[in-house]
Order: sequence, then C-alpha cells, then structure tokens
Amino acid sequence: MKTFQADLHIHTCLSPCSELDMNPREIVDRARERGLDIIAITDHNSAENVEATCRAAQGTGITVWGGMEITSSEEVHVLALFEGQEALKRMQDMVYEHLPPLENDEQFYGQQVIVNEFKEVMGFNRRLLIAATGLNAQRILDVIASLGGISVASHIDRQAFSILSQLGFIPEDLRFNALELSPNVSRTEAESRFASLKRFPWVSFSDAHHIMDIGRRATTLLIKEPTLDEMRQALTDSGGRNVVWE
Amino acid sequence: MKVNEMAGKLSLRVNTTKGDLDRDVTGCYISDLLSDVMANAQEGEVWITLQTHPNIVAVAVLKNLSGIIITNNRNPEGETLKKAEAEGIPIMLSASSTFETGGSLYRLLRC
Repeated sequence: MKTFQADLHIHTCLSPCSELDMNPREIVDRARERGLDIIAITDHNSAENVEATCRAAQGTGITVWGGMEITSSEEVHVLALFEGQEALKRMQDMVYEHLPPLENDEQFYGQQVIVNEFKEVMGFNRRLLIAATGLNAQRILDVIASLGGISVASHIDRQAFSILSQLGFIPEDLRFNALELSPNVSRTEAESRFASLKRFPWVSFSDAHHIMDIGRRATTLLIKEPTLDEMRQALTDSGGRNVVWE
Repeated sequence: MKVNEMAGKLSLRVNTTKGDLDRDVTGCYISDLLSDVMANAQEGEVWITLQTHPNIVAVAVLKNLSGIIITNNRNPEGETLKKAEAEGIPIMLSASSTFETGGSLYRLLRC
C-alpha cells in the first residue's frame, strides 16, 4: 500500500465562475508544487477540458481523473468521477441533453473556455453550464453507478447547492459513495456538525476555482495504485485501504 | 381558514387523497431550501415550494405543516405522492408562479 494525496474537485476555465488562468498546464504545475498525486477535473456540467489536462500531466507522475460537478434538478451539486473517456463522454451527453436550451451570458456569468495543454484557446462552450439539469439527484447517482463512476455529494457544509441545503437531509435511498466537506470546515467541526452522517465515507477537496486554491485541502488515499477501483475500496475501508483527511 | 377552503379559493388541484383538508392554515412559509424550512417554518403553516423531491413530505411532517403547495405546474415525483399519502400530508398543485400563489394566499390570510 502507498499513500496518494488526492484533490478530486478542481474547476478549470471551462467553469464560468473560474479564473481564466485555470488551464491544464497551470493546474498540473501547481498540483506538482503542492505534492498532489491524483487530481480530478470537475467542471460544472461539462468535461471538455479533461482530456487536455490528462495530456498536460503526461510524464509528470500525476494521475488525472475525469469528472464533472453535475447540478441536479433540486440544485444539488454532485461530483461524478470516472476513469477513461468513454464513460465520462456518455455522462456528459446525458447532462447536455438535460440542460435547458439556453446560451451562456458571458458578461454576466463569465466565459466557458475550452483549452488545450499548451494554454491555447480551442473554443468556447456556449451552453448555460451554470444551470440546473432536469435530472434529479437519484437519477444522477443511478447513471454514475451504471457507468462505473464514483459519486460524491459536494461540499455538504455549504449553505447553497449542497444536498443538505437543498433537501434538508440525505434520504436513505440516495447512496452517495462519499460526502465532501469543503475547506471551510475542520475535521473536528465536521465531526460535531455531521455526526449523523457517519454512515457515509467522508472526503475533503479544494473545490479550487483559482490556481492558489489547488491542494488547499486534499484527502490521503491509502491504496495500491491510483485507480478508481482502488479508491472505491478505500472508501469502504476494504482490504487495508482507507481514506484520511485532517 | 381550512385547507380545503384555501385550495378552492386559490384554484389548487389537490393531488393527494388522504390528509386532513379540514385543518386550519395558520400561515404560510415560502422557500425552496429544505434546510431553511426545517429551521424556520412554523407548525400549522402551509408551505409553498418548487421542490418535488420526496424529502418535502418528511420536512412537512417534521414541522407539522398543514400542507404543501407546489407551484408553476410542477408535478411531484411518484415517490413523493406515495409518502404524502402514507403520512397524510395534503399536496396541492398550483398552475401559477410562487409569486402569484403566495400573493393570493397573503390576501386570503392577511387582508
């Protein structure tokens, strides 16, 4: 077993609320400086900067997982993590199909920039990525599971866009693989505020929208190799694997 | 004002068959954040929301609310209706927006 530092909630310049310098190259460089071993790119309702980040990380020793932060119809943010492009592409197709047919207003929400690994702009995503999809949380979790991904309830401590703010509590049949605590709460605070949610594994990531935020919070995975399957086992404390964050 | 009288005056479609329509509506709370409703709604109030998730029934039971009005022609999920029937919480549907529905109810209760 080895320990891997994982920050699995990072936005790129594709997210309208993100800084424009959040391009694959800068993100990978910063991840290296912060000693991260695994990162995941999780833009709002889109995964179009994932492949460029995978290419930017080639030869660096950093593992990049693809993902998305999907907005459910209840306006709950759900992290969907995948390995490989095929499942991610299918997830993205489904999300696109269920976004409202509206265009992003760049002046108001910000630009949604698609870039390559050389910091070159390849285009702009015109969809209203900040909008809620028509998919409810249950449906999203079902699809993630059927595609072999991992689902994480985003920043459950936040007052907006979290499963707790939107739905008050986590219904029993909504089986997230893990819950994410934001960098705003310490482990001790989380233990007292969310004692009733100990039935779920907990993780904590940066939710970085700015370069300096990458790795400000990470979770240590004790696993054999950096694969999603290993992480899945770590989340359930199987075979000597586990997840830890302070 | 009783729940059934309110439903009639606001042209709400009562979507549940069980539940106490003869109960008094003591006020109203409007919010789409269930955490906020759990913190601030008062017993006997009717709750106006856009949310259709089954959790709305659990919150209404927890706060002992007199009913739930779902606005803007949204339909509750099947599981939500099942839970509402089981718990006896009236679910009513409004074809109007939250603003229109809340405004009309305000006039009924306060003017």
